[in-house]
Amino acid sequence: MKNCEYQQIDPRALSVLPQSAHNNTEKTVQRSRRKWEVFPGKNRFFCDGRIILPSQSGVLPLTLGLIVVTCGLFFAFDCPFLVKHLTVFIPVIGGALFVFVVFSLLRTSFTDPGILPRATPDEAADIEKQIDTSGSSTYRPPPRTKEILINQQVVKLKYCFTCKMFRPPRTSHCSLCDNCVERFDHHCPWVGNCVGKRNYRFFYSFIISLSFLTSFIFGCVITHITLRSQEGKSLVQSIQESPASVVELVICFFSIWSILGLSGFHTYLIASNLTTNEDIKGSWSSKRCAEESGNPYSYNSIITNCCATLCGPMPPSLIDRRGFLSLDEAIPAVSASEIELPPFTVKSDAHMCTQSTKDVLERMVHSYDVHGLCPPATPKTTPLDLEVSGPAAASSEPSLSAGCLPQDARQPVAPPCPPFSRSYKRRDSLHSINPAFRLASPSPSLSRTTFILGDAPDNGFIPLP
Amino acid sequence: MATEFHNLQELRHSASLANKVFIQRDYSEGTTCRFQTKFPSELESRIERKLFEDTVKTLNNYYTEAEKIGGQSYLEGCLACSTAYLIFLCMETRYEKVLKKISKYIQEQNEKIFAPRGLLITDPIERGMRVIEISIYEDRGSSGSSSGSSSVSGSTAR
Repeated sequence: MKNCEYQQIDPRALSVLPQSAHNNTEKTVQRSRRKWEVFPGKNRFFCDGRIILPSQSGVLPLTLGLIVVTCGLFFAFDCPFLVKHLTVFIPVIGGALFVFVVFSLLRTSFTDPGILPRATPDEAADIEKQIDTSGSSTYRPPPRTKEILINQQVVKLKYCFTCKMFRPPRTSHCSLCDNCVERFDHHCPWVGNCVGKRNYRFFYSFIISLSFLTSFIFGCVITHITLRSQEGKSLVQSIQESPASVVELVICFFSIWSILGLSGFHTYLIASNLTTNEDIKGSWSSKRCAEESGNPYSYNSIITNCCATLCGPMPPSLIDRRGFLSLDEAIPAVSASEIELPPFTVKSDAHMCTQSTKDVLERMVHSYDVHGLCPPATPKTTPLDLEVSGPAAASSEPSLSAGCLPQDARQPVAPPCPPFSRSYKRRDSLHSINPAFRLASPSPSLSRTTFILGDAPDNGFIPLP
Repeated sequence: MATEFHNLQELRHSASLANKVFIQRDYSEGTTCRFQTKFPSELESRIERKLFEDTVKTLNNYYTEAEKIGGQSYLEGCLACSTAYLIFLCMETRYEKVLKKISKYIQEQNEKIFAPRGLLITDPIERGMRVIEISIYEDRGSSGSSSGSSSVSGSTAR
């Protein structure tokens, strides 16, 4: 982990990744691709990028189903009676609320919540450089936080390893969608989307209108049953006459409390200009920052806070998902998310040197692995294996010893890259193991190496001294 | 890309990209979009301090205008709310109008001031409003003499 944090971006390493090479060839074939097609987060796109959805919709179908079923039952079984005995406005109000609820729900689910695009390789390299120069030359990796002043209050910005940038204030990375979302509130499974800067107002109007709708239906159903029982029948009899009302009553009874609670909670959050995320973490509570507590983003007036959150200008979507990829930008944009470097590209010090040695060992074993696997039907006979292990060991041994030279661990190790990368590719096509995953976790490479070395004799491998 | 005119495209072809400078966001007044007006040392030999600062300040003013919370934004918000936010599907918000102005302004500045000095600004909207990216170009002949930092070698390697 430590090592992983200390890596520098080096585009040369891209050649190691088979996937980026694959994309590279794809790009030359069809030129005008839209940006959503290479979007690195876990999102799904429909209608040529017009509609954005998270990878899992959560229980959105259930939410929608509950609303539609309850309202359908209400309009079908309760409204005729209520219109006859009370007023025609009941279905009108109910219908308006229903339409509002459904539209705001769909708007919440299908709106980009305020996803921040990931840093371009150049920007990431620039940030990397800044961290590098500001950090001391000691062994410890430099801290990946940045302190800034917001309205005379110190706020810590954290570095996002996935997006390769310092997260702007109030931004948080949603692990479910794999995106940094501005003014991140929470990931709502009921809505099936993150709730953030761009769809918070939709979300709020959804829960407020839903609480009105639920209360309205609840009240109307109770009125319905009461009116029926007043006509001289018993309560049981009137329930038997409209069994659908009981279903609605049960659904409403169980949902109304949570919905009302949620509406109240979000009203409080809006009035104090907080997000659920900040409230749960207690970022601005008086206990955490005793010297100067308070929310730095608040306008210090409930009305202004409400207006700013709900009626403020609608920020634009930043991911430009319908835009076309320009050719020079296409390749790094894709691979930026996958750049996880082998540890030997990092500066040379004693630790890195051993790391690079390990890596060479590992690579050699991997490449050997492939050689061993290449003729699939060949039985494991000693002569063949000896033939294979001979050149592999010979080619890597000089680089092994050279890799430990203190001046620059990079130069001697770099040349073996191309042949090994080819073998990586083949190995991956055989095993379908994601290489980025293996490269992303360099620290356990020793255990991995020993593990593979332990396995190796099966293929007739002669362990290195 | 919207920011590039035809002749800017020419600059890209005739010169090689030497370095990129990133102007970071200034959060001191909250999360509204503002960029730091600090003059980066990399541009010292390229452009006058005042020209650069004026450009960034103008951009900041545009963003402030776009994110201003006032009568018009309230009206827009209430109107949108009353139509269940469906109006956003067919109406251009004020923010979007200002963004168009901004990209036009950046084009203009690129043509008039920056491109003749071998610089190009990228519209911050294309970088997620996090940075103003300024690319520094050099003639192909003299590109070898440029100082090599990690980002330089990185960007020229491709």
